Amino acid sequence: MRAGPGPGVHPGDIAFKYEPMHTLSIKALGEGLKTKKFSSRELTQHYLSRIERHDPALNSYITVTAEQALAQADAADARLAAGEAGPLTGIPLAQKDIFCTAGVRTSCASKMLDNFVAPYNATIVDKLHGADGAGMVMLGKCNMDEFAMGSSNETSWYGPVKNPWDTGRVPGGSSGGSVAAVAAGLAPAATATDTGGSIRQPAALTNLTGIKPTYGRVSRYGMIAFASSLDQAGVVARTAEDAAYVLQAMSGFDPRDSTSVERPVDDLVGGLERPIKGLRIGLPKEYFAEGLADGARERVMAAVEQLRSMGAEIVEISLPNSPLSVPTYYVVAPAEASSNLSRYDGVRYGHRAEGIKTLEELYKRSRGEGFGAEVQRRIMVGTYVLSHGYYDAYYLQAQKVRKLIYDDFRRAFESVDLVLGPTATDVAFELGSKTDDPVAMYLNDIYTIAANLAGIPAMSLSCGFVDGLPVGLQLMGNYFDEARLLNVAHQYQLATDWHQQHPRGFE
Amino acid sequence: MSLTIEQLKQVAHLARLEMTPDQADHYTQQLSSILDLVDQLQQAKTDQVEPMAHPLEMSQRLRPDTVTETNQRDVFQSVAPSVEDGLYVVPKVIE
Amino acid sequence: MVYDENWEAVIGLEVHCQLLTKTKIFSGASTTYGAAPNTQADAVTLGLPGVLPVLNATALQMAVKFGLAVDAQVAERCVFARKHYFYPDLPKGYQISQYELPIVANGHLDIELGEGQIKRIGITRAHMEEDAGKSLHEGFVGASGIDLNRAGTPLIEIVSEPDIRTAAEAVAYLKKLHQLVVYLGICDGNMQEGSFRCDANVSVRRRGTEKFGTRTETKNVNSFRYVEKAIEYEIGRQIDVIESGGTIVQETRLFDPGTGETRSMRTKEDANDYRYFPDPDLLPVVVTTDDIERVRATMPELPEAKRNRFMEQYALPKYDATVLTGEQALADYYEAVVKASGADPKICSNWITTDLLGALNKIGKDITESPVGAEMMAGLIARIVDKTISGKIAKDVFEAMLAGEGTADEIIQAKGLVQITDESAIEKVIDEVIAANPAQLEQYRSGKDKLFGFFVGQVMRASRGKANPDAVNRLLKDKLAG
Repeated sequence: MRAGPGPGVHPGDIAFKYEPMHTLSIKALGEGLKTKKFSSRELTQHYLSRIERHDPALNSYITVTAEQALAQADAADARLAAGEAGPLTGIPLAQKDIFCTAGVRTSCASKMLDNFVAPYNATIVDKLHGADGAGMVMLGKCNMDEFAMGSSNETSWYGPVKNPWDTGRVPGGSSGGSVAAVAAGLAPAATATDTGGSIRQPAALTNLTGIKPTYGRVSRYGMIAFASSLDQAGVVARTAEDAAYVLQAMSGFDPRDSTSVERPVDDLVGGLERPIKGLRIGLPKEYFAEGLADGARERVMAAVEQLRSMGAEIVEISLPNSPLSVPTYYVVAPAEASSNLSRYDGVRYGHRAEGIKTLEELYKRSRGEGFGAEVQRRIMVGTYVLSHGYYDAYYLQAQKVRKLIYDDFRRAFESVDLVLGPTATDVAFELGSKTDDPVAMYLNDIYTIAANLAGIPAMSLSCGFVDGLPVGLQLMGNYFDEARLLNVAHQYQLATDWHQQHPRGFE
Repeated sequence: MSLTIEQLKQVAHLARLEMTPDQADHYTQQLSSILDLVDQLQQAKTDQVEPMAHPLEMSQRLRPDTVTETNQRDVFQSVAPSVEDGLYVVPKVIE
Repeated sequence: MVYDENWEAVIGLEVHCQLLTKTKIFSGASTTYGAAPNTQADAVTLGLPGVLPVLNATALQMAVKFGLAVDAQVAERCVFARKHYFYPDLPKGYQISQYELPIVANGHLDIELGEGQIKRIGITRAHMEEDAGKSLHEGFVGASGIDLNRAGTPLIEIVSEPDIRTAAEAVAYLKKLHQLVVYLGICDGNMQEGSFRCDANVSVRRRGTEKFGTRTETKNVNSFRYVEKAIEYEIGRQIDVIESGGTIVQETRLFDPGTGETRSMRTKEDANDYRYFPDPDLLPVVVTTDDIERVRATMPELPEAKRNRFMEQYALPKYDATVLTGEQALADYYEAVVKASGADPKICSNWITTDLLGALNKIGKDITESPVGAEMMAGLIARIVDKTISGKIAKDVFEAMLAGEGTADEIIQAKGLVQITDESAIEKVIDEVIAANPAQLEQYRSGKDKLFGFFVGQVMRASRGKANPDAVNRLLKDKLAG
């Protein structure tokens, strides 16, 4: 047995039921608040107490905003009392610490921004918590990989996050804090971001449902940029239904983001109940080739059978360029990151080295001290592939291969409604096991990256366990087809109970 | 493709990252293995392929030329490492 | 300046022209000049974590307008790229600019050299970009202060072909370009405030050779006079270096207005590697034919067309037409005066180009600040035309108008300057003058014709300048003849 938060944590022990507030769905929480079973203040206080008790074992929050949360809860209670509440009013939510929150430290899990109190709110923060927004209560800011660069949440300046299913293992990354908090019942749902799988892979590793919508569906304004053409915000929750509620409130056009799409948002919640009979689901053979662990393969194939039994039509497809996703991504993402992170220079905000005498020192020492090793590696890879003499061979070539990957999906969606595969190659790995081998770490994202390169919506949901550790099923949809993804996930969750399993030790 | 330590140092300089000689050695090895990974891209036949900079086929939206931002210097400079008389202070800029 | 006949200079200019928008190119912060430091540095300008750029529609329209004015191709699709370098006045560590696909390409501007000689200077491209902030050194010891108000101000960088051969041509090109952007209303042209800035690329080669020499880029040449000086200095320096066996280093040089010399700005140890790539926060800018036509409909009459029209419509000499169309505001002033006064256009031109511009020059004001507005000027000229006052009296009235004493009519009234046209009154004065000067009369009648002027002067003095000069001339001639 591995070290855990306390006695009785058996990764293999699953499935037990309880009814306290932190086990309720978002819909049930909304009903509870409206029928005055509990107030938003009681609900918020309940989560704050749980965070205090359980988070030391997980490290899922960087900042807990208790005072502000209770003030927001009181405002929500007033709205509820006045009958002005929406479906999410008064329901707590955790924010990934990549979203700017006015007056609250926004660190991106970096020493560089350890002292950065954001002077403004990200658009989604206003949408979810603002006076004219959904009225949710912000519990705090979740831990993550530094600048969202990582697949294990081990690159955080604030220390690694532990997987509630086995605290000796990683929760995945980069949204490791968001998933650990939700999986352990320290938040009903959390925002997250996904540049190459950072919502889906951690959701898979912690038995959660996570969705990355179509690029452009959710505003990027105020979300600290990693790779601008790939970054997209989404949500992690316990169920597709919970995710649908939050994503509905986050989505929509934002005039402050040039890449935001002017297009109405589908009714995500209303679309959940449609039958899936006759739906054509494509299985790309490349996603089931060598590299996928046997246990994970079995669980995913069992889910395929389940969907088939529900009336879906399963067809084998090919995404021939998908093996090139990882190398394409590791040119495009570092290139954009190296540029986006040039602004951290110690002049206007962020870390500035002590005792500097020249401009050169100001830059080199502030950046050398402020950024961790993984961030520095990616900045250097990106700088290299953009530099004179290498641009065509790397950056331009990667953009061309990106087009080939995009074309693969375009072609696939001419014959299928959805693409299905595993989310990750295996269950959660042990803390520290891949930190010295960046390439091995990068290969974690082999199944998730293509959706970011193409910009299509994709999600992960749990399809069972191997040795007590969750396995994720990935669904990828056509552009702006989030409603369909959530619909299929919801129907699957109505027929299965994997998503209802909770990690022991976090009752 | 392997990177030389000189190339690594040049890249670190361009990116304004200070590092110790040990770190430089370590990064040289790691970056070389990352570049080996991305070198797989050279296999792809892309002669006729248009590079794709963006996942969405949209064009740039335009903003009306009206002032929407007000002076928030105090709040913006409250997180600055060094300011004097409203100016951000840095070591002397030599032209 | 004349150099050795064996050498020829090759010059290209890069002009940074601030666009006259209300707000920045990618954010809604004001661009007003002279605000307190960093009060116009909003979240986007500061490059705070998470902020994103959105393009200013007016900045784009102005760039298109420029493209149309220099007969260039306006790109249907242009792309913003990031240009990376670390500098404290560049908040994001990169400047958003355009690289491979600029908004404007392949235009030209015709300049006039001496008598009727016209030379066409190619404009390679003009691209949109954001300005940087400013580093201030005064009051700091071992440190600098950074003001980012200017950062994010929209610019077009106008790059000429290396078609220019002399400093004088460079100045002619620059003046023409300056006049054009001000006319178009896309730039205020204020060189002192940095709204219109010039970098000069200069190389020399032996006359008759095709190949360009190594060039230097001289920065900070921000007046027409400095451009001329800097280029002349640089040409001379390069010839000296080569003739004494040295080689020209490709480098950036800084012009020092104090010494009139250029000096090396940075060594090339840090060879620039700007790592341009398409800005992923901005999408390709699409300009349709309709968009272009909409901008074309707002194009003002350009200087050359206006000059030609003035020559034709008002029958003005080329010199007058050129002066009057040098500035849009002056041309408008002139046309307003012609219209309101109903006077001969040439008389209006004389008053404006000579008296008004002379006076304004003396008090250091430009036409838009003239104490004598177009209406007032027309009022004065109308009184000359209807013979209320003589041209000579008009000069005094004009002085009084400049001094703020009122309109021409008010001044004429107040000072009793109405011209005497009553011939019997004039005859009376003439008789008195003749009677008082018998000796001069004698000499005149014995053939000393030159004394006619003396009598005119006496009559005008006696009438305090108010006698109608034509009548004085005619009547005096008769009376003197006896």
